[in-house]
Amino acid sequence: MSRRHLAMAVAALLTTASLAACGDSGGSSEGAAKTLTYWASNQGASIEFDKQTLQPELDKFEQQTGIKVNLEVVPWSDLLNRLLAAATSGKGPDVVNIGNTWSASLQATNALIPFDDATLGEVGGKDRFVPAALAAAGAPGKPPAAVPLYSLAYALYYNKKMFTDAGITTPPATWEELVETGKKLTKSGQWGLAVEGANPSENSHHAFTFGQQWGGEWFDSAGKPTFDTPQNVAAVKRYIDLMAVDKIVNPSNAEYAQNQSVADFANRKAAMLLWQAAGSNLKAQGMSPDEWGIAPVPFPATPPPGGKKVNSMVAGINIAVFKHTENREGALQFVKFMTSDAEQVILNKTYGSLPSVKPASADPAFQAPEQKVLGEVLGSTAAPLPQVPEESQFETLVGTAMKELFADAAGGKAVTEAQVKEKLGVAQQKMGS
Amino acid sequence: MATTTAPGPVRPAGRPAQDGPPRPRGRRTVRRTYLPYLLLVPAALLELGIHVVPMLVGVWMSLLELTQFHIRDWSTAPFTGFENYRVTFDFGSATGKDLLHSFWVTALYTTLSVGFSWMLGLAAAVFLQRPFKGRALLRTLFLTPYALPVYTAVITWTFMFQRDTGLVNHALDQLGLIDGANPPFWLIGENSFVALLIVSVWKSWPFAFLCLMAGLQNVPPELYEASAIDGANFWRRLRDVTLPMLRPVNQVLLLVLFLWTFNDFNTPYVLFGGSAPRQADLISIHIYQSSFVTWNFGLGSAMSVALLLFLLVVTAVYLLVTNRRREHA
Repeated sequence: MSRRHLAMAVAALLTTASLAACGDSGGSSEGAAKTLTYWASNQGASIEFDKQTLQPELDKFEQQTGIKVNLEVVPWSDLLNRLLAAATSGKGPDVVNIGNTWSASLQATNALIPFDDATLGEVGGKDRFVPAALAAAGAPGKPPAAVPLYSLAYALYYNKKMFTDAGITTPPATWEELVETGKKLTKSGQWGLAVEGANPSENSHHAFTFGQQWGGEWFDSAGKPTFDTPQNVAAVKRYIDLMAVDKIVNPSNAEYAQNQSVADFANRKAAMLLWQAAGSNLKAQGMSPDEWGIAPVPFPATPPPGGKKVNSMVAGINIAVFKHTENREGALQFVKFMTSDAEQVILNKTYGSLPSVKPASADPAFQAPEQKVLGEVLGSTAAPLPQVPEESQFETLVGTAMKELFADAAGGKAVTEAQVKEKLGVAQQKMGS
Repeated sequence: MATTTAPGPVRPAGRPAQDGPPRPRGRRTVRRTYLPYLLLVPAALLELGIHVVPMLVGVWMSLLELTQFHIRDWSTAPFTGFENYRVTFDFGSATGKDLLHSFWVTALYTTLSVGFSWMLGLAAAVFLQRPFKGRALLRTLFLTPYALPVYTAVITWTFMFQRDTGLVNHALDQLGLIDGANPPFWLIGENSFVALLIVSVWKSWPFAFLCLMAGLQNVPPELYEASAIDGANFWRRLRDVTLPMLRPVNQVLLLVLFLWTFNDFNTPYVLFGGSAPRQADLISIHIYQSSFVTWNFGLGSAMSVALLLFLLVVTAVYLLVTNRRREHA
């Protein structure tokens, strides 16, 4: 390279570097205070649906406060990893949605701002929030790592016409009845129940509920995993047996992980579905609201010793603020906006979920049959998943073990108690290592 | 600006002027000695930043108890020495047993995938060696999988492998090869390994094809003519002319394919998601699970370091053996 070329290259390099530096400083001094980045979890039938739902609300917020919110809707399958990456690197969005079951796990990373009484005061005060939902926002005895945004519960959805055609008048209230009903409704091209067999989170939620009903606990009082107790083994086996023994679940469901079970129910390939607030999703898939009915998730007819009357987790989505935000005040303003009475009504109505703040619950929008059942379950028979730092590991390890059990069942292999115990045992050992 | 005002006369001071006196010899040798190293500096710096430093960080992380309690500021994580390595190599425990399992799955997967990719690539390259009508089109077609973005291509495969709605089972059913009422699973259970292998070979063989086709361009046609006169048939020519001439290409190609396939993360991750079926639990996914799913980054780092050492040893042995063979040849 000649001198001249070298000089040219150096000049170019310096120019670019100085321009880049200018751009950088300009961006952080002026722009940051007026913008926020928000990762929303995928709540509606599609990411596009969520964008269309949220954008008008974000525009409203910008009008009120002058703060522009950049929205990204993140699919559930990526969300935990992305949150983890943001927590590790200290770079990422200002405000995020988290699955409420991950609250204690994310709280342990110390990357989210704690909602102590003073911070809660900035977003409207502790007493605004539904207590059960706030309890699922962090480990007991610590300031919550987030505040609840949307509340959900599991319920049993059933196809009214299929029930009438088979001469069934009331939805099943016990597992025994559900199996009996399911057998009547399983015929060519149609199955009694649809499950999401390859989705670890979904599996682990059922592991929790069935575990409660069978008298099991997934963690002891010291927070140590107790996965392979006889109660938990029986509970998980009961769930897998819906496919393996009762044969009311299509074996194909063993590879479902993209909400295909909801699609099967909406397309009349399955008569029943256990899901959290499925209504808006079913509507999006072309099933009219009067085609389906809703009932609480069943219980065992004769509860085993120690069995609890729990038929759902306290499901829901929380909103949290990263400590690394350069605009703490704006972020909290945004949290306050999203949990305001008006926004709670608008958003929860669209998503078919329940408000997480008390004043909004009275709105007539939440008196529809679906929301009534979900509300009753949340108010009386739902329990939060264990709020321990290892909760997210529980979901993936136990959920994956169940995915393997479903694969065995779908492949025609008998699923024995010993196998269930072994798989849960392996999952437990991995927690310890 | 410096570029436009650079005065003409000052120009090539350090450059041998054609009409000037001859340079002193000593200076020239100094330049000869140092210039190559100087030219390597940018590459070495990049290598340092992109590979060496992260690798050292990885080794350091493998000595820490790095869980969700410390990832935010990982320099505060407690030092545990070789505890993570003890867990990694404790093949009696659940973690070690599963790691060993996924190691064997990966070894088999790599052997089969590289083997099939190489054979397909060779067959296609030999087939397309002679000019004929439509050769260019075929070459382009064969390279398509290599040109497609991995994510898109593998996602398409997951659709095709769906049990009820997938194209694979539909086609097999049409051909009467499976029981249509009870079609097999491809993405869970025993067949998941086969599905993974099919996608992997589909993805890698065009690269083998490309390299081997380039290699074949260097084989002098006289060699074939001579062997044809000697009456050698196709297989004889393949064995005694084509393969020996391709040896240098193959040496690199097989090594690269081996390393890529052994470390392959994209294919299984897109095909199965974060939790692969046990039968197709490749080591890369397994390490990902240990790090990101169970949030034990120290353990994941220890596993990565162990894998890196294994691959280094294999590569070193391979290079030693193949180089020696070439010297003997």
